[in-house]
Amino acid sequence: MSSDTKSPLHHSFAQVEIPDDDILTQCMHCGLCLPVCPTYSLVGIERSSPRGRIRLIKENAAGRLSLTETFIDEMYFCLDCQACATVCPAGVNYGQLVEAARAQIYESKKESGFWLKKFFFRQVFTSFKRLKFLARLLRLYQKWFEPFLKRIGLFRIIPERLVRMQELAPRISDHFFDETISEKTLPTEQPKYRVGMLSGCLMNVMFADINRDTLEVLLHNYCEIITPGEQVCCGSLAAHNGDFEIAKKLARQNIDIFFRLNLDAIVINSAGCSAFMKEYAQLLHGDEKYREKAARITGLTRDVHEFLMEIDFKKPVSPFQSKVTYHDACHLVHTQKISAAPRDLIKSIPGVEYVELDEASWCCGSAGIYNLIRYNDSMKILDRKVKNILQTGADILLTGNPGCMGQIAYGLKKANSPMQVMHPITLLNLAYKNSVRNDQ
Amino acid sequence: MNASIIKQLKNIVGSERVLTSQEDRLTYAYDGTQLLAQAPEAIVIPQTEKEVSDIVRLANQEKICIVPRGSGTGLSGGSIPLQNSIVLLLNHWNQILEIDEENLTTWVQPGVITEQLHQAVEKRGLFYPPDPSSMTICTIGGNVAENAGGLRGLKYGVTKNYVMGLEIVLPTGEIARFGGKNVKDVAGYNLKEVFVGSEGTLGIFTKILLKLIPKPQSTKTMLALFDSIQQAAKTVSDIIAAHIIPTTLEFLDQLTIRSVEDYARIGLPLNVEALLLIEVDGHPAQVAEEAQKIIEICRSNNASQVQIARDDEEALKLKTARRSAFSALARVKPTTILEDATVPRSQVAPLVVKIQEIAKKYNVLIANFGHAGDGNLHPTGLTDERNSEEISRVEKAFKEIFKTAIDMGGTITGEHGVGLAKKEFLKEWVDPGAMKIMKTFKEMLDPNGILNPGKIFDVKPKCEGKLPA
Repeated sequence: MSSDTKSPLHHSFAQVEIPDDDILTQCMHCGLCLPVCPTYSLVGIERSSPRGRIRLIKENAAGRLSLTETFIDEMYFCLDCQACATVCPAGVNYGQLVEAARAQIYESKKESGFWLKKFFFRQVFTSFKRLKFLARLLRLYQKWFEPFLKRIGLFRIIPERLVRMQELAPRISDHFFDETISEKTLPTEQPKYRVGMLSGCLMNVMFADINRDTLEVLLHNYCEIITPGEQVCCGSLAAHNGDFEIAKKLARQNIDIFFRLNLDAIVINSAGCSAFMKEYAQLLHGDEKYREKAARITGLTRDVHEFLMEIDFKKPVSPFQSKVTYHDACHLVHTQKISAAPRDLIKSIPGVEYVELDEASWCCGSAGIYNLIRYNDSMKILDRKVKNILQTGADILLTGNPGCMGQIAYGLKKANSPMQVMHPITLLNLAYKNSVRNDQ
Repeated sequence: MNASIIKQLKNIVGSERVLTSQEDRLTYAYDGTQLLAQAPEAIVIPQTEKEVSDIVRLANQEKICIVPRGSGTGLSGGSIPLQNSIVLLLNHWNQILEIDEENLTTWVQPGVITEQLHQAVEKRGLFYPPDPSSMTICTIGGNVAENAGGLRGLKYGVTKNYVMGLEIVLPTGEIARFGGKNVKDVAGYNLKEVFVGSEGTLGIFTKILLKLIPKPQSTKTMLALFDSIQQAAKTVSDIIAAHIIPTTLEFLDQLTIRSVEDYARIGLPLNVEALLLIEVDGHPAQVAEEAQKIIEICRSNNASQVQIARDDEEALKLKTARRSAFSALARVKPTTILEDATVPRSQVAPLVVKIQEIAKKYNVLIANFGHAGDGNLHPTGLTDERNSEEISRVEKAFKEIFKTAIDMGGTITGEHGVGLAKKEFLKEWVDPGAMKIMKTFKEMLDPNGILNPGKIFDVKPKCEGKLPA
């Protein structure tokens, strides 16, 4: 992701992320990425496949294709799930290309919705205060206005787009996570590990209970937990939508905060966030001042399942009877190559009947804000996932990413399925609580 | 292309099935072949045989070329568009129409993906052996056009051995059908043999009837490691001499092994000179006996190690790793020029040695892997498309490799086809009398030269001497 040019072709690139010429050449258009691409599976047209998108970016880099409406559309029709990068024998880092293309698009200000994006990334996500303020408004709406409006039948007459937008939005938590804990939390026994925990921006306000479960599981495993109050959004949403300037700004802030805490690890329960923090080293490679610190932070970052397996976590004792299945979040399986750890963790819970999900690593269509800005495409992709999930006959669908949880819950609700959606850490915490209860 | 032709195409298939945007034309300019690309004028997506026929008639009328395409993963340029051409996209036509378990046949549409067919028939205890390495995405139509092979070709043969019937739109627009479910049928000329492997120049397949066989009861997959290529090559000859025909007998050289291991991470050894991937299948008793004999032969040729895959999952990992070789080699240098010079199997060892010498002579990197059991090697030039000087040395090296193969009684292409990539070499291998018959077929079936012209060979103008001024 460096911005130094490697070839004379980069004549008109904005001085932000540039699609790497070596990566563009690495693609030898063999086509083996096509069968795993969710968008190619929908439309069967080459430009909506990784191979096709790489060609478009290459043509744009060579000055033969400008940032046309179609080009912009294709860069955002892509989910950036990176299933293609996983299967690519040539090792093409597709993520760098599409994200760099999106950065070029963002800088050009040519995409529709640019100003709204800019507002959200630069004003809202950069300030937890502002984010929490908006979240409180939304919570107010969800608790008081929404049921009232539903009762008076308003939802039958307003545009469908608005109805589903608010159906898709997860419930804002009754209490934000950061308001319920202190900066340092100590376990009851002598701590063995000192870990930082990213409360996350959306996790903090929408999935506070999962953060709670994560905290309790880590405490139960002898962790001293630091949750710095001034931490900020990891920057993933901004970077994946083209705003690298803000992403880098946020990254620097988080690096400064976590760096001085002298931690054994930074444990994160949201796949998107852990994946992006593992990219901090690459993101700030060109920054002399931050290069080493970023590398250190990247080295400390752990997905929570990965961390628990590494420390040989305490296995729950009492059985938890349930039939469960597991969906691989793209940012765990493709970006971080983590697929065994969550499964091993789940299978370690006695009483749990685990059934493997077909196409477990096929994207659910959540993809950040994709399900909001490209609802129809997102739903078509979700349909395939829900079909596979229902076939398992499980009671609980487990997955390690809030975006996936929201999306899949929405899909299961539409399919009238009683299946629960849970983070594996929540299941583990329940099992722990069961064991404690049974002890007593 | 003039607007009226586009309009007529839209009238035939509907306007949403004719793509003319710059973005679409740029992304249909290539297939899996390195270095070559040419944007078409339009991409047309038909849904019925009648539409295909109408499009072909229009092409004859307006003198435009048609380039048929499945998934566009071919390795000789068969689906690369030409000047003033339209791409006829057939991948949307992807239904398996019928699996006839009594007659052991299946009717498929040309866009059915090979692996999709494998899974559908294996569920019923049946087997469609041809397994091109791009099987997760390549289409049956493309396979038939190129007479595709694959790992299992040694024992089971290639696509042509499984085509029982075809429905074709001819280059003049008529729809013709030949073959059928009869196990034996000698009524009329054996036209299937002409059309299978015709690389999209003699007709467009709209329905394909394939033969199926019962699924083998058991398989055993082995990996044999060697400290010299000669030992590996001799093992291949000895296995055949012992009258064992394994399902698969694949060879990988060190560079290929390293690239594939970098991708697949399955624990392949990085320091051996050569590796043989061997699979036998059939009745369990036969499999056990053949596997045992093969292991003995490997050991008698100083194999440093022979490993047997523990289960189906591990066997699949090994085969998937082998199938990824062409693309995995891009980890060494990004542009991999894969050829398939083929020789009678007794010449595999000498050819491998000669390839090494030629690579040294031109100072280029050539990795070697392939279907050692049937003599079909895949020497792969590793280069960078941005380095035109090196590319020209690679091309010179391959010219010499082709000549060497031909001198050994081999051919310039075992399974990838001639297409654009090997046109200049065809006359070195094909006998002039045979060439004349091929061109006659082409001229007769495609008088206006509209169907994938310029592929395989160029047809000369009909009149002799100078053209009028």
